[in-house]
Amino acid sequence: MKQSRRNFLKFAGLSAAGLCLAPSVTALASEGGHGKAHEVVNANSLHAKRWAMVIDTRKLNTEEEINALAEVCHHIHNVPTIPTKQNVKWLWEATYAEAFPNQEDNYPSEDVEKRKFPLLCNHCESPSCVRVCPTKATFKRPDGIVAMDYHRCIGCRYCMAACPYGSRSFNFMSPRKYLDMDKINMKFPTRMRGVVEKCNFCVERLAVGEMPACVEKSNGAMTFGDLKDPNSNVRKALRENFTIRRNPAAGTEPGVYYII
Amino acid sequence: MLEKALKGGPKYWSWIIFLLLIIGAGFTVYLNQLQEGLTITGMSRDVSWGFYIAQFTYLVGLAASGVMIVLPYYFHHYKKFQGMVIMGEFMAIAAVVMCLGFIIVDIGSPQRMMNMIFHPTPNSILFWDMIVLNGYLLLNVVVGWTCLESERQRVEPPKWVRPLAYTSIIWAFSIHTVTAFLYAGLPGRHYWLSAILAARFLASAFCSGPAILLLVVFVVRKLTKYEPGKGAIGTLTTIITYAMCVNVFFFLLEVFTAFYSNIPAHGHSFAYLFVGSHGHTELVPWMWTAVAFAMISLALLIPPKLRYNQNLLPFSLSILVIATWIDKGLGLLIGGFTPNPFGEITTYWPTGKELMVSIMIYALGALVLTILYKIAVDIKRDLGELTTSD
Ligand code: SF4
Ligand code: SF4
Ligand code: SF4
Repeated sequence: MKQSRRNFLKFAGLSAAGLCLAPSVTALASEGGHGKAHEVVNANSLHAKRWAMVIDTRKLNTEEEINALAEVCHHIHNVPTIPTKQNVKWLWEATYAEAFPNQEDNYPSEDVEKRKFPLLCNHCESPSCVRVCPTKATFKRPDGIVAMDYHRCIGCRYCMAACPYGSRSFNFMSPRKYLDMDKINMKFPTRMRGVVEKCNFCVERLAVGEMPACVEKSNGAMTFGDLKDPNSNVRKALRENFTIRRNPAAGTEPGVYYII
Repeated sequence: MLEKALKGGPKYWSWIIFLLLIIGAGFTVYLNQLQEGLTITGMSRDVSWGFYIAQFTYLVGLAASGVMIVLPYYFHHYKKFQGMVIMGEFMAIAAVVMCLGFIIVDIGSPQRMMNMIFHPTPNSILFWDMIVLNGYLLLNVVVGWTCLESERQRVEPPKWVRPLAYTSIIWAFSIHTVTAFLYAGLPGRHYWLSAILAARFLASAFCSGPAILLLVVFVVRKLTKYEPGKGAIGTLTTIITYAMCVNVFFFLLEVFTAFYSNIPAHGHSFAYLFVGSHGHTELVPWMWTAVAFAMISLALLIPPKLRYNQNLLPFSLSILVIATWIDKGLGLLIGGFTPNPFGEITTYWPTGKELMVSIMIYALGALVLTILYKIAVDIKRDLGELTTSD
């Protein structure tokens, strides 16, 4: 089981990389993930022991700014805009009280009260969504990214009940109904109905040497890097600023930090 | 023995056809769900489990109910339950069939359901729930069927049945415990995050399950000459009464912990359910109905005079069933998801289509139960054991 899981992880990583190297994916797919897959990794691909994100909410805190990031993210990942409560979101904005419900202040500073906070999957260190998934469709990669295999998900939505941050969305209907099929990003798959999805920390971009789209678009308000490397930019940001994480009491150890 | 199900009067057949029609109608709605996805339900990003999973949770209790007959019968040699053992076992079969049905209709991609078996994941409670439910189904089918068959041939049941029957008794506790663990281990869902949840599940199962069983048995008694015996009914009613007292007590323990601790997140779901929150009061009338019915049922069951009054009993049991159903088949699930992780309220109410699909599964359960009970009653009649003397 270990072996096939490792192969699977490798395969998943490779398929992400392979989205830009389409022929190799077909080659691998025909191997069905068995045997020793030959390494087809983009030479520029980024690696880390533990990916993490620091968001400076002093610089990034208006609805417009955050919506602009969400738009980029949702566009490149073909996330539909559904106007009902059965919507799908990977990145969205919320007030302080919604983002940090158990850390509300009775007399908050006016500044913080006004701010909006970008929310996304926290890619937790001990993610409850992975713990409960009965098919391993949600799994944690060695680099800390909590990834999903949409083809394996049975849509039981147990992970949605388990995530204490409301980071997951379910495709109640076919997402293609709410996508402009002429404008979709052909490099990234669309999902089918009946599966769960969420922010993937842009694994497909890391695999080709690019930073996550929201980070790139944030004008330096978001930092992305290796938490295990003391010299990384995220560690520098954490060293120099006071940060908090969402709902620490849930014990999942989120990988997204907020500078207040 | 199955041939017994094929011989019946016009009443029997019209009931079967009626159930088949409901199943057919529900199935067309289910086909629609397969086409459109779960968007036809009232579920949302915030309340991602709904009526289906709530019914599943409630019916696990019904499945475990048979144990309240089988346990005294096998462990304490309580002979008065002899006439009802098979009824309890067959009820368990029908209930587990419904449980599995509700899980299947709730899955977003049922075509991939076997992934749970192809990729077994022992860290997921859902994996264990699948194992214990299917195991319980198998145990009851084998034990129930074999016992009835040997009874029919007037021989002692084979020796290997006994250990299986003992296993099924312990197993019944496991199906409820594991189902409670499905909920109880989730961070951030304060209404469920309680060590007593499994105990609450058992208490509620051991009152509501036998109550439904008794109500069904009363119907069977009306329709046929089947008579389980006053003694058996009386004992079972006493068990129901004790279990209901424990059930209410456990609930009050939760209320104390939530409010005396004064931790806001722990009280929020209770507040939403019982007084409303952020202007949302949809469930308030339901929850108070449950409270009132629970109290009235206890008032009618605790005094022995009223408890053994055979005319009153169906009423007392019915309101007990309604109270526990609201608590577990509605409040438990919605309360767990509301408020959502952002402290907000998203309301949930099942849609008509969701109810149609649910009725289909209830009808399926009724069909399985009818057939099994028909066989059991016919065999008992052939043996001249339809009535228990006392
Ligand atoms: S935020 Fe939620 S979905 Fe994301 S890794 Fe953590 S528990 Fe899983
Ligand atoms: S919905 Fe999919 S990802 Fe979530 S727990 Fe179920 S199988 Fe796993
Ligand atoms: S990291 Fe990538 S997937 Fe996640 S929110 Fe940002 S852009 Fe979207």
